[in-house]
Amino acid sequence: MSRTALGMPGLRPGSGNLFAEEKFPSAARRELGNAQLRRNLKHATSTIRTKRLNVTGELPDWEELREAGSALKTSVMARLPELLEAFEANVTARGGTVHWARDADEANRIIHGLVKAEGVDEVVKVKSMATQEIGMNEYLEEHGIAAYETDLAELIVQLDHDKPSHILVPAIHKNRTEVRDIFLKEMPGVDPGLTDEPRRLAMAARAHLRAKFLTAKVAISGANFGIADSGALSVVESEGNGRMCLTLPGTLITVMGIEKLLPSFSDLEVFLQLLPRSSTGERMNPYTSLWTGVTEGDGPQKFHVILLDNGRTNALADEMGRSALHCIRCSACINVCPVYERAGGHAYGSTYPGPIGAILSPLMTGVEAEENGSLPYASSLCGACYDACPVKINIPDILVHLRGKDVDAHRGGLPSQLDVGLKAASWALSDGRRLGAVEKLLPLGRAAAGKDKKIKKLPGIAAGWTQSRDIPAPPSQSFRDWWAKEHKES
Amino acid sequence: MSTREHILAAVRTALKDAPAVPDIPRAYRQEGDLNAQERTDVLVDRLEDYKAGATVVDEAEVPATIKGLLAGAGSYVIPAGLDPAWLAWETEPSRVTYDGGRHGARSVTELDATDAVVTSSAVTVAESGTIILDGSPDQGRRAISLIPDHHICVVRSRDITQILPEALRRLDGTRPLTMISGPSATSDIELERVEGVHGPRRLDVIIIRQSGNLPAS
Repeated sequence: MSRTALGMPGLRPGSGNLFAEEKFPSAARRELGNAQLRRNLKHATSTIRTKRLNVTGELPDWEELREAGSALKTSVMARLPELLEAFEANVTARGGTVHWARDADEANRIIHGLVKAEGVDEVVKVKSMATQEIGMNEYLEEHGIAAYETDLAELIVQLDHDKPSHILVPAIHKNRTEVRDIFLKEMPGVDPGLTDEPRRLAMAARAHLRAKFLTAKVAISGANFGIADSGALSVVESEGNGRMCLTLPGTLITVMGIEKLLPSFSDLEVFLQLLPRSSTGERMNPYTSLWTGVTEGDGPQKFHVILLDNGRTNALADEMGRSALHCIRCSACINVCPVYERAGGHAYGSTYPGPIGAILSPLMTGVEAEENGSLPYASSLCGACYDACPVKINIPDILVHLRGKDVDAHRGGLPSQLDVGLKAASWALSDGRRLGAVEKLLPLGRAAAGKDKKIKKLPGIAAGWTQSRDIPAPPSQSFRDWWAKEHKES
Repeated sequence: MSTREHILAAVRTALKDAPAVPDIPRAYRQEGDLNAQERTDVLVDRLEDYKAGATVVDEAEVPATIKGLLAGAGSYVIPAGLDPAWLAWETEPSRVTYDGGRHGARSVTELDATDAVVTSSAVTVAESGTIILDGSPDQGRRAISLIPDHHICVVRSRDITQILPEALRRLDGTRPLTMISGPSATSDIELERVEGVHGPRRLDVIIIRQSGNLPAS
């Protein structure tokens, strides 16, 4: 099971949860052994794929919206310094405080300081990829502050001491019965007669969190969009837990990656059409909140925003890969990925799974970091992710680019089996006579195949090929030999 | 060097190739093409799809419609700027609490003990069934339309646009904005949508039919 195998994500100094702890193929192999996980994922991803196609198909200008979204994000990256400065000035002018954090450690220290200054030992949280990425909950817990996840799926994951496996639906790997069992075991005061009907489960979460929302002094959120020319921030959600956190506590702390900016409010007309239809497959998500600094008499009277780098400038420096920062975290690429559908999100290690994670994590950390160099290979390059992406990130091209970087990172030192094999192939294939000589060895392969004429296990790294399939026995002679014989006889 | 300067310097270094700033192709729809009646019909269809209640009435019928929807409510809150004519029928003043203006702000606990809320709205997008509140006096601060479990929201048909770009052009992006598309919902369990989580579990929308055509947005 994923939980026992992986446990809680480990805290790393510096950049948080952006790392594959083991190579993708071995993590994926273990996850593939979980038949329940595969059933849950297949059910959930096929449901969402149908919904997404229905609501994107009904818009006559979907492709034009994608074009605009892509160009807007390209423009934001090119203008990032000026947009960041404008955003900072506008937030400050509207009564907010802007903080800057180079990495997860700095962000966590700032957040801890702000929470401590309010004299509380618990906070409520809106689901946020940024706080997940920096391992904020674990950091705060180590410092005696309880961070309560209020999104239903995050709550399920938190109660189960598990880790998210999807960026939109973090508990996608759990089915309703598993969720019911987690609630019965971990939720204080839960009705012991709780059924696994999703409606009943949602009501249990409502009852569980109600008092927390009404009494919390501090809330922590991420942000879907930051508006440079006004300093406004936006959170897109469904359950109303976001509205609760953004409205009721006296202090709001928002953690936002520096790439999340849009030039102006009117640009939301593009992204608020692209995002909900691509993520939950709805025409619009139930609730979208926007706020700018502090509004007297309405909502939190103390507002802090933390602008987070944590590897984003590494990704930005990669001319080929920087468009990965255009990602609006909709998860459409994840939901259409055949590799994700089978391996699940935990196999990627990082907070960001699936096709976007396979490029974003190594771009942010460098391909040399831990096992992140194995992530760009977690793809058949089928291109479904590129087709689905609302901002047209060319994920397959970036995957190939990062595979190149991974190969370059391993040059020098002792040649690997692959290096030796490719050298040998290059030698043999560059000269007909050499190839002819090598082909004389074909009968050896035939002998190895045995009576059923199938080779079931190749040696060395070639074993990867035969791990899940056989290869047919080679012919008894090569075409070259056959040709020579035929022409001699005639 | 401060953290801020450090990050800005890293961003500038990362962009040392000086990538071009592209023109934004805005070939997507800027204006809708439906008439007022069609916009209302689309909105009703979307609201029903979200499992929200939708009633289209003449202005004169608004008070009676609100009265009917509040029949089961022991108490309700209204923003100070709401049209008093809409509640002129009320004979039990103890059911009503006011929020904002000279009445001040109700506490979270008071709001939690309140069954319903009645607000107006700023602008509504028919195509996605999205009602937008901007905190004007007839809509109140954000907490009042969040904590009570039943939200009755009045939409004037002249404030219904077909698509989002038309609606955003009518709004001030620096105000606290709440976009509401149906009652609270979640798809977190097996991606199956369930209505009713932390926000109001019941949303009833009263659409005021208006004669004549709409002013251009």
